[in-house]
Amino acid sequence: MNWLRFFRRRRRDAELREEMSAHLANEIEDNIARGYSPEEARRAALRKFGNPQQVRERLWRESTISWLDSLWRNGKHSVRALRRSPGFAVVSIVVIALGIGVNAALFAVVRGVLLKPLPFADPQRLVRLYEDTFNHRFAYNSSAAGIFAEWEKQRHGFSGMAISRHSAYNLSGTGGQLPENLEASLFSASMLPVLGVEPALGRNFSSAEDSPSANGTVILSWNLWKRRFGGERSIVGQTILLDGRGYTVIGVMPSWFAYPSSTVQLWTAASHERTTKEMQALDNHNFQAVGRLKPGVSLTEAVNELSLITLRIHNAHADNPFISSEAHGRPLLESLVGNVRTPLLILLCATGCVLLIACLNIANLLVARSLGRRRELAIRTALGGSRAELLGHHLAESLLLSLAGGALGFFLAYEMVQWFVTLRHDVPRADAIHMDGVVLAFSAGLVLLTALSAGLVSAFSSRDDQVLSALQESSRSYSGGQARAKLRRVLLTVEVGLTVVLLIGAGLLLKSYARLRSSDLGCITRDVLTMQVSLPAARYDFPAAVHFYQELLTRVRNYPGVQAAGLVTTLPGDDYGGDSGFTIQGRPPLAEGNGQLALTRWVDPEYFAALGIPFQSGHAFDHDQFLVPGSEVIISAAFQRQYFPREDPVGKTILTMGERPYRIAGVVGDTLYSIGEQARPMMYFPIYTLNSKNPKDFVSGSALVVRSGQDVTRLALPVQKIFQSLDRDLAVSDILTMDQVIGAQTLDASFNATLLLIFALVSLVLAAVGLFGVVSYLAAQRTTEIGVRIALGAQRNQVLTLILRDGLRPALIGLVVGLIISAGVTRLISSMLYQTGPLDPEIFGVVALTLLAVAVAACVVPAWRAAQLNPVTALRTE
Amino acid sequence: MPEKTRPEEEMLKGTLDMMILHTLVLGDAHGHTIATIIERSSGDVLQVEQGSLYPALYRLEDRGWLSSYWNPTENNRRAKFYRLTAAGRKQLLRETQRWQRITRAIGMVMGEALQGGES
Repeated sequence: MNWLRFFRRRRRDAELREEMSAHLANEIEDNIARGYSPEEARRAALRKFGNPQQVRERLWRESTISWLDSLWRNGKHSVRALRRSPGFAVVSIVVIALGIGVNAALFAVVRGVLLKPLPFADPQRLVRLYEDTFNHRFAYNSSAAGIFAEWEKQRHGFSGMAISRHSAYNLSGTGGQLPENLEASLFSASMLPVLGVEPALGRNFSSAEDSPSANGTVILSWNLWKRRFGGERSIVGQTILLDGRGYTVIGVMPSWFAYPSSTVQLWTAASHERTTKEMQALDNHNFQAVGRLKPGVSLTEAVNELSLITLRIHNAHADNPFISSEAHGRPLLESLVGNVRTPLLILLCATGCVLLIACLNIANLLVARSLGRRRELAIRTALGGSRAELLGHHLAESLLLSLAGGALGFFLAYEMVQWFVTLRHDVPRADAIHMDGVVLAFSAGLVLLTALSAGLVSAFSSRDDQVLSALQESSRSYSGGQARAKLRRVLLTVEVGLTVVLLIGAGLLLKSYARLRSSDLGCITRDVLTMQVSLPAARYDFPAAVHFYQELLTRVRNYPGVQAAGLVTTLPGDDYGGDSGFTIQGRPPLAEGNGQLALTRWVDPEYFAALGIPFQSGHAFDHDQFLVPGSEVIISAAFQRQYFPREDPVGKTILTMGERPYRIAGVVGDTLYSIGEQARPMMYFPIYTLNSKNPKDFVSGSALVVRSGQDVTRLALPVQKIFQSLDRDLAVSDILTMDQVIGAQTLDASFNATLLLIFALVSLVLAAVGLFGVVSYLAAQRTTEIGVRIALGAQRNQVLTLILRDGLRPALIGLVVGLIISAGVTRLISSMLYQTGPLDPEIFGVVALTLLAVAVAACVVPAWRAAQLNPVTALRTE
Repeated sequence: MPEKTRPEEEMLKGTLDMMILHTLVLGDAHGHTIATIIERSSGDVLQVEQGSLYPALYRLEDRGWLSSYWNPTENNRRAKFYRLTAAGRKQLLRETQRWQRITRAIGMVMGEALQGGES
């Protein structure tokens, strides 16, 4: 196959013609020289040469690549045919663009998040390691540093192990920059070697630096380095102030490095940052452990080994129920993206359905077109067009449409991915999502698949053995198209069925989301502003912190427009926030291995009033409990339900926070720690007290809540100014209204529900269009028949019912099939549902009614038009 | 679409390329000269069909065995001249050797057959 030859056919042909005429001229001259008359010489030469046209044709054919040539010819033909019906072309291209666009975009997301290996060395051998919770409720609990230390000492199956812990720092402003609160992660010195990553600049922590006695060292993220330090290489070796203490910058990570998440902006050495006591604690589950499996060791073997170690420690400390007895592990990638896996795959299935529906619709439109062009096709067949050529023609047309749609769709996908990445930076590994060559190849595959499926369906609907009948039929109209329309009805049924499944999925998710949003958090959420503050330990001791808190609250409360203000360590709905074990004084000891846990919160006395959390019994904290270890606790209703079901807890004493006695002062209403979860037992301690006898152990970070009667966002700036006037170097972060806090918590649910709803609506519109098209076509086919019926006395409404029934049958069958399939598959999304059953009758009912209404609406227009037919014109048309 | 071929032409098909190459060893020539030389040197037994000559020339050029240029002829008419390339020379050598082997072999077979028939 010679491509050059193929594309230079025309030039070669011209050359050949000139060459041959020169040849003839030579021959004629020779003949004249032999003594022929000029006329005879010419004739003899021509006779000898033969037919020059044949030579040209032969060369032309030899240099032609036949499939390419026929493709080109079919392409030209299709462009011409499509240009004649631009409406059809535009509709098809848009439908395909939508179908391919959403699929390519979601594929890019799934590939970036779920499929791409982690950017670490040999990532398939990296595993996240967990301890079981003491009550075996949750297998993937964080690890205690003390347990981890034992693991590391006794391990055999791992070539390396490391831990990290979440943290945050106040970065002091230098050179006119504002102070900033930064998310950080504490790494053990072994973390980077285990991951197999080197800093882009500088070096990793040495093991000497990963100890309490060393000087502070920090590694910066690429972004922080660029943004805050101008990307200057000389930063390595310099000292920066974190929480008011000096840290030497020893390295900068590469820009792609985002462990444990992309929001982390700096890393410090774990053992340097946390107390030796915490690093040795066996029951303080605050750390995330990773390990690198030795080659040839399976995850199960390695984890079983850790389980044995853990169980041994557990048995050696039988008096402490919070030491776990079992270890678990899973691949690191799975631990990072496990939460988004199901939703992403569900969405991918949904987009697959949308594409399938788009394909069916295109096939449907193509069938309709080929039916309209039966006469043309029949004539082509009669003139000797082979079956393969006609098939090629069908495919060329659908390929052309798919290519145009695919190109537009790829562009759409690009936009959608941009939108997704900006909207959902909470999705892990969102930074790994790119439109790259693989996504392009995937889209190209989709284009081919669409072209093939749509083209083949329409090609096989027009059977070429019916040439004669097609020619006859078009000369005299009768309803012979009925049989062909069967295929379109089947396509429609499938379309409607898929649409029903999508609609039901979307309906269930929407209902869940509505339930989530309307779930009662247990406090006032309207016009409440929240912001986080953290007091640097270097500058604040306990009295200074208390002074700061009190001064802050006084000034905020006195600001015009503020109705109430309070402090709490973790906002309602803002997640777990820490817990503690406790025992109730005067009760018999718990059976060995059992423990009681409650979530812990520290609040100022006015917090409950500020958020409208009601007291069910007892009273708030006294204002005078300053500067001494606290002795009072307030418990939540769930706490009372679970641990004091039949008695009044007020006045009873519990032992907690290091076995110290706390008298229960009151019981308040439940607030949810996480939207969509049951309320858990909660204990509140006064924020103005020491947590223990250690004067350094006080609450240094908390959230300020401000309630107002009007638009509370207007208070954001003045309140920030109050902070600044109290401490110029203090960074305030996460300034959000309570509604925004809830919104962030339910973003995932709203996002999934919205997307699925969009997909379902697109499908519904496509199905309606398809239905409309088929019914219109059927009605047009039966024009004569209807004319005869009306002429013979059929009532208009009889005709209406006739056509309606014909069109509604595929819709009804599709609906029933769709409902049955939905009942089978909605269980798959039950993990994404909240207070909504996978077989929610309300949603099933609403979807069925909606679909029926849309189907009737799509059928009624063509049916009504048919019923209005004037029999005289109808019969005269032919 | 296969064309009907006569026996002589079929015979020529395998050997036309070789003869063209051979003709051009003596010097560059245009299509008409090549045809004339082949006809003359075969004692007018082989008539070169133009229908095969030109496609053959183009084919040989495509394979890089010939190169071509336009030049005026002896009677001042523009014609396309063909020249044997180095690759063409090598090909001619191969073809000639093959041809000799085959004719010798066929000659041996036919010679034995003739002798067998005479005795």
